[in-house]
Amino acid sequence: MSHEATLGKLTDRFGPEAICTAEFRDNLRVTVEDDLSFLILQFLKESCGFDMLADLTAVDYLHYPEAKDRYGVVYCLTNTATGERIVVKTMLNDPDPALPTCVPLWRGADWMEREVYDMYGIEFTGHPDLRRILMPDEYTSFPLRKDYPLRGRGERHNFPFITRAES
Amino acid sequence: MAMTPNDSFLVSKLDWVANYCRANSLWPMPFATACCGIELMATASSRFDLARFGAEVMRFSPRQCDLMIVAGRVVMKMVPVMQRIWLQMPEPKWCISMGACASSGGVFDTYAVVQGIDRFLPVDVYVPGCPPRPEQLIQSIIDMQDKIKRTGTLLGSEFASRTTDEGPRALALEVLPQDAIVAPGDYRTATKTWERN
Repeated sequence: MSHEATLGKLTDRFGPEAICTAEFRDNLRVTVEDDLSFLILQFLKESCGFDMLADLTAVDYLHYPEAKDRYGVVYCLTNTATGERIVVKTMLNDPDPALPTCVPLWRGADWMEREVYDMYGIEFTGHPDLRRILMPDEYTSFPLRKDYPLRGRGERHNFPFITRAES
Repeated sequence: MAMTPNDSFLVSKLDWVANYCRANSLWPMPFATACCGIELMATASSRFDLARFGAEVMRFSPRQCDLMIVAGRVVMKMVPVMQRIWLQMPEPKWCISMGACASSGGVFDTYAVVQGIDRFLPVDVYVPGCPPRPEQLIQSIIDMQDKIKRTGTLLGSEFASRTTDEGPRALALEVLPQDAIVAPGDYRTATKTWERN
């Protein structure tokens, strides 16, 4: 699959310095600035035909060799007419990593953004219902951050014991 | 033809009669959350046939059960549900912890998975295995019946004496005290700190 048309449209609209591209095994990856991310996603959807958000996830680059930024939010888009795929990545940093929501563009982003918020604590401003989706509401940590210990911080044992006599 | 007393009376203890009835008609509550649940289903179906041991009546309402079989890993979010189901079961009731995960967390030593349900519930019989063979589960049912016959009482006084926490102690090196946080609020809920002493 050739990506030249998409790349050409993107550079015409936003200029060559706004996006940074990489290609790996015919997989086009575009890294964009966080303040431009919504505009670029909107442009990709409305002008380049990427009508499906296949996945939305995040990566924590803490302790990653040669990483400059802490978090990467990854959007995997698909053009269902041509089968073209593109990966859009936005880098974020502490404190208060936040991005504009893309629920207005793809309704399916709703739960995926909630999951990213639940696991990494990345806020999506404008999200209609940004709550935890997997962890209990009382949970206070973001478990997929690399500085969170694998075994947790004692939350998993924070329940009362029911003795046989009282049950 | 006069009947001798030996022909017309059977002298027994009420405890024995109660145990005999209870042990031979266990009604399991399948609390199956993972692959152990598949083995549990196999145990109940025709090839292994748990009905031979009088424990085939799986009920999906805790109100009708007296043996909870926890089959599979239990995550932290599931603990209040499990405790609630346990509390909804009528007395007398027993609990089997089936498989490595339910008994100890198994390979899932992570923030979300409880390291053994016996930290939160009183367990009577543990079944090792990952997942256990149906024969092992059948053996645990037989052991359960044996335990009921040996220790059971009509009024359940053997339960009333189990007033202490029966699970293992927290692992000493699990998390340093200064790193521990206690999530606020309650999951039915959380009222004690993570340290169990």
